[in-house]
Amino acid sequence: MSSTPPTASISLTVAPGNAKRSAGEGDTPEPTALYAKREPVYPKLVHGEFRRIKWAIMIVALGIYYGLPWLRWDRGPSVPDQAVLLDFEHQRLFFLSLDIWAQEFYFVTAILILSALALFLVTAVAGRVWCGYACPQTVWTDLMIAVERLWQGDRNARIRLAKAPWSFDTVWRTTGTHVSWLVIAFFTGGALVFYFRDAPTLLSEFWNFSAPAIAYIFLAVFTASTYLLGGLAREQVCIYMCPWPRIQGAMFDAESLLISYRGYRGEPRGPHKKGDSWEGRGDCIDCKQCVVVCPTGIDIRNGPQLECIQCALCIDACDEIMGKIGRPKKLIAYDTFRNLDAASHGDRAPLRLIRPRTMLYAGAFLLVLSITLFGLSRKTILDVNIVPDRNPLFVQLADGSIRNGYTLRIINKRHEARACDISVSGIPGASLRILGAGTPQNLTEIKPDEVRSIKVYVTVPKLSADQIAASSALAFTIRDRGDGTLAARQTNFRGPER
Amino acid sequence: MTARREIDLHSGVETTGHEWDGITELNKPLPRWWLYVFYSTIVWAFAYWVAYPAWPMISGYTKGMLGYSERSRVTESLAAARAARSQFNEAIAKASLKEIEADPKLLEFAIAGGKAAFANNCAGCHGRGAQGSAGYPNLNDDNWIWGGTLEAIHQTIYYGARNGSDQARMSQMPRFGAGNMLTPAQINDTAEYVRSLSKLPHDAAAAERGNAIFHGDGGCASCHGEEGKGNQEVGAPNLTANIWLYGGSKETIVTTITNGRGGVMPAWAERLDAETIKKLTVYVHSLGGGQ
Repeated sequence: MSSTPPTASISLTVAPGNAKRSAGEGDTPEPTALYAKREPVYPKLVHGEFRRIKWAIMIVALGIYYGLPWLRWDRGPSVPDQAVLLDFEHQRLFFLSLDIWAQEFYFVTAILILSALALFLVTAVAGRVWCGYACPQTVWTDLMIAVERLWQGDRNARIRLAKAPWSFDTVWRTTGTHVSWLVIAFFTGGALVFYFRDAPTLLSEFWNFSAPAIAYIFLAVFTASTYLLGGLAREQVCIYMCPWPRIQGAMFDAESLLISYRGYRGEPRGPHKKGDSWEGRGDCIDCKQCVVVCPTGIDIRNGPQLECIQCALCIDACDEIMGKIGRPKKLIAYDTFRNLDAASHGDRAPLRLIRPRTMLYAGAFLLVLSITLFGLSRKTILDVNIVPDRNPLFVQLADGSIRNGYTLRIINKRHEARACDISVSGIPGASLRILGAGTPQNLTEIKPDEVRSIKVYVTVPKLSADQIAASSALAFTIRDRGDGTLAARQTNFRGPER
Repeated sequence: MTARREIDLHSGVETTGHEWDGITELNKPLPRWWLYVFYSTIVWAFAYWVAYPAWPMISGYTKGMLGYSERSRVTESLAAARAARSQFNEAIAKASLKEIEADPKLLEFAIAGGKAAFANNCAGCHGRGAQGSAGYPNLNDDNWIWGGTLEAIHQTIYYGARNGSDQARMSQMPRFGAGNMLTPAQINDTAEYVRSLSKLPHDAAAAERGNAIFHGDGGCASCHGEEGKGNQEVGAPNLTANIWLYGGSKETIVTTITNGRGGVMPAWAERLDAETIKKLTVYVHSLGGGQ
């Protein structure tokens, strides 16, 4: 199992084989087939601190997901006022007061790298926290299970319903469940498309069927995938489709806090009658509450497993039982392999948060973060790119002066129009002409959020041209007439070889 | 697969029964739906073969029932692009050359269209950047043979030069070496004088003699002007700008005077529509030397 680090051997409770997936202990001579029917999982409702945290995260995460497109953010008249908008039409990512242009997409890359590094760090410290609490697959599956519970009742009722022959009762409960799932899935897909187009506009377009076809397509795709993955496939996604569990195995080590069954305390397990002595036996009464609440249908007492998404619900389930039988809580808890090993010898191993692995991930995170912040602080709102003519490199005019042509791309990232002066410097006597510009010759109007391409000709008179090298530095300066913002770039002025 | 269950001793997990050099494979059964997904992709492939172009045949290929074709998609998008351009083309057709230059949108469209038409039709002689080469004028500079105004450029493109038609630009640099109009020595002196007009190194005494021929017996000044600055009315090049259509070396100038010159340009009205010629005019005018 790829998530099992070498130190797993110290976890003495690992039973030979996986109780659920092995063929069982019976001596059936027939070999198990290469493909197995899915064992449906009916997680039981559990109460406790981690369940409360998960409800809270679910409400916040879903609230952000469904609500964020409706948050407005005033940016002026010429740009969308949606707080978070991935605007393909204008090739912008609007995020609150930050506008990211297509050519600045490296900022998005930086955010993705930061997210990945944060994920590595959290995983090294406390295992699959992402999987257990915040992954959309987990959140939506949790929601779908809660809805299923509303229609069909808790675990035992659902198992009964699944085995019961078709009747009016089974039909309306099952239909209600699937219709509810589809409604949730529809709103999930519906919310997604709002991130790509002004939400109120799209909503009104949507109902009179004038929205872009792509919006309907994505709505259909995400409705189908939410229903399929969250409602039907559930833990199968984590176990068979998601690559992250495999990658994560490389990120935790003996010092990571993982959800663990404390075998040193629990074993030997066995049923316990009220009033019997606890001498000579473990705290685990084999009530299987940790198994029945598990959304992936595993037994945490078998040790670390690929299937475990570390959602902590088994902790809540076990704590409740420990409370009832009057034994200390946290028989299942966040613990490290090292501490489990030490505890099995009656020792303790303190938690080491500061270790090379966490420092490496944290250091890389801080490094990328500071580069990103530096980049953001240097983000220009007026810029110019210069493309010199290559063919011809230069033109000799009748009076002996030399002319070069350039294409200037002036980028105005401000949400207001600018009137700009363009000037050249670096070569004495150099004069500038803008193709197609009225008078005054060097004034250029640039609309809000526009990249304006202008063709300019720079002419250097013969006297000056005779004195400069075949390639001399020339600087263009764009200056806003209103607020004085400057953008300057160096380029080369070419002339004949002498 | 063997008929008996085989259990891996180390892990206690059942194996598939497959063995390679003592290595056995644990059996972790995949869910059956996974297998069905795989089958459905196979079905999808067959459906795709039926619906879309798929298999190459000896001649042609299987067309598919949906009639999809990349070529027809290209044709459609080309038609759409043409339709999008048509309103601009209509505006170009109506507007005068000056009006096109004054309207930033039309100017941008004309320059883009002119650039494309130039690359397709003109670049063969005048070069990709209109920089010209020996015998083909550079269109970037301000040294025009037949004039650099919008109208002059338009006329040159429309009718061409020396192509035999009545409206074409027409002039003839005489063959001064033929029929002893000028002796080789006189041609040599005239060439020295022409080089002196562009302030190139020359033999001063010979140039002085050439000066007399230029303004006298040779009759050069009648076309090229008293000061050698040329005359766009008759397509006589300016000889004082050190910009040479055929080259400014002594030998080349001697050849030019001896044998004459007469480059030909096609009448583009016969090959291009009126809007394209207008766009070409505006494009050439925008190259920097337009007057």
